[in-house]
Amino acid sequence: MFSLFVEQLLNGLQSGVMLFLMASGLTLVFGVMGLINLAHGSLYMVGAFACAAVAAWTGSFWLGLVASLMAAALAGALVEMLIIRRLYNRDHLDQVLATFALILIFSEGTRWIFGSFPLFLSVPEFLTGTVILPGDVEYPLFRFAIIIAGFVVAAGLFLLIGKTRLGIRIRAGEADRGMIAALGVNIDRLYTIVFALGAALAGLAGAFVGTTQSVQVGMGEPVLILAFVVIVIGGIGSIKGALIGSLLVGFTDTMGRFLLPHAFATFLDPSSATAIGSALASMLIYIVMALVLFLRPSGLFGTEA
Amino acid sequence: MKGMKTTIAAVAALLVAGAAQADPVKVGMITTLSGGGAGLGIDARDGFMLAVKQANNPELEVVIEDDQRKPDVAVQLADKLIQQEKVDVLTGIIWSNLAMAVVPSAVAQDKLYLSVNAAPSQLAGKGCNKNYFAVSYQNDNLHEAAGGYASTEGYKNTFILAPNYPAGKDSLTGFKRFFFGDIAGEVYTKLGQTDYAAEIAQIRASGADSVFFFLPGGMGIAFMKQYAQSGVDIPLIGPAFSMDQGILGAVGDAALGVKNTSNWSKDIDNPTNKAFVETFQAEYGRLPSLYASFGFDTANLLLSAMGKASITDKEAFRNALREADFNSVRGKFVFGPNQHPIQDIYVREVVKEGDVLTNKIVGIGLKDHSDAYASECSM
Repeated sequence: MFSLFVEQLLNGLQSGVMLFLMASGLTLVFGVMGLINLAHGSLYMVGAFACAAVAAWTGSFWLGLVASLMAAALAGALVEMLIIRRLYNRDHLDQVLATFALILIFSEGTRWIFGSFPLFLSVPEFLTGTVILPGDVEYPLFRFAIIIAGFVVAAGLFLLIGKTRLGIRIRAGEADRGMIAALGVNIDRLYTIVFALGAALAGLAGAFVGTTQSVQVGMGEPVLILAFVVIVIGGIGSIKGALIGSLLVGFTDTMGRFLLPHAFATFLDPSSATAIGSALASMLIYIVMALVLFLRPSGLFGTEA
Repeated sequence: MKGMKTTIAAVAALLVAGAAQADPVKVGMITTLSGGGAGLGIDARDGFMLAVKQANNPELEVVIEDDQRKPDVAVQLADKLIQQEKVDVLTGIIWSNLAMAVVPSAVAQDKLYLSVNAAPSQLAGKGCNKNYFAVSYQNDNLHEAAGGYASTEGYKNTFILAPNYPAGKDSLTGFKRFFFGDIAGEVYTKLGQTDYAAEIAQIRASGADSVFFFLPGGMGIAFMKQYAQSGVDIPLIGPAFSMDQGILGAVGDAALGVKNTSNWSKDIDNPTNKAFVETFQAEYGRLPSLYASFGFDTANLLLSAMGKASITDKEAFRNALREADFNSVRGKFVFGPNQHPIQDIYVREVVKEGDVLTNKIVGIGLKDHSDAYASECSM
């Protein structure tokens, strides 16, 4: 029972760090440019397809990973320069409409190139198998590697935002757009860079997740919804909030699916306990979101609007 | 001038053929051609159209529409096909929730419906209809055969999981109907769930000797890959949907050795099936799936009825359909009293043929199997 519990905690952590890669880009774009980007899930899909295609072509997962970063960043930069740039001064409804159109364009475009059948993408050979952790916990090696990679990327992102010149500009852009432009910073280029950075993170998440799940058209939308839940909980625009929110959602979802049916089984017969438990488990993150919004309307780390 | 002559000759030929044969039949096919799950609809359509092409019967006209896997779209398309296109026969729906939205109203308008896949229990029992024929199976069939197989293999303690929606519940009920061992754990996952770490951890801890899972489409791909990565090596059993030709390539070697139950397989030994697999591969450049075989059989069933009766005489046409006098890729083909097939359900194993993953028959799950609802149908 102890090892099962620890394994589930690790599962929650792993799903949390993957969500963070998605949510950080989303929240960055919203924080700096005030843009709601529904097409963020499509960039995640672009990353997964690029990784699968290049890995199949070259036989190397690592080249696929590099390709996923580059393809998503490139797609992000192009989309920003061609379409998104025209939306900054429009209201949120126009942004939602235009980026929703992008979802459809990306989905059908991907189907046009790759067809309707899911692609194959697998874990590199030396990351297959399991690792035995202290306390005799057996855990899939690849998921363990994802947790570590996720934290490395998160740390890199915090350093980038906190310690570098680009990071200072991004934070300045968040605080006062007009002023930073007046100070001579090329705001157009900054926006393109931020958008491409967010896209690259989504693409990386897509490549990681594609190895454990199915690389198919439409894979981005379910994750997008979760990523929105995360940034609403964490406070829109806050990277720290995105991290805490991701972990909270990851743990809540995993532990809910695991524990709720057991909890109901203590006073209900097994089959209705499973039915009620799993139904409630799938609602749990939304209940948490509602609670957070009730107690702190601007999210855990949000600034008062 | 020569063109004119040919045209006249063709018209004359048509007139002669029309006089000798039955009246033209117009088929409306509603299936999923875009969005998630499009692979299934495309296969069903391609199988159907292959048979149509081979028959080359000028009396048969097919109109194809894309339902995008959305019930409201499917209903609109059905209305359009019935009222505007004036079709005689509807077919093509893959998903049970779409079938429930379209079929009852279509058959009530005295249109024939031939199912290439979805066959929910509601339409097999009390809700059966003389205008509704399921060419594929009844939804529970493959799950029942999996239960039967687990019992005969001597498994005593099985962990079962399926998505939390009507077909998922039918699946686990169907499995339990023919499985006589204990249930080590029963889990309903969210529909469309893509991460199964929490469920696989429970399987690892459950002490089960086998796992039955029903996770169609992308859900199955995700589960299979994660299961293989997890290091859990309890044998897996499932219905054919999670191990079908369309998704085996995406699962990769993780699928090798998994047992799955199906009423069709590309190695069923009869000339019709052999020719079907060969011509399908030549036409489309890929191996056919279960859904393609259902599409192919459905078209051939319809063509056989067209050779016997006129669509203008509905009763005679239904009787011709009931006789099912066509060469099925499944070998013999017989309809039960509720117009669902009575058939053998095989156990297949995923194997590698050269570089291609595919299925091979290793045994029979249930022989001459009908369904649990036939007795409730009064027709």
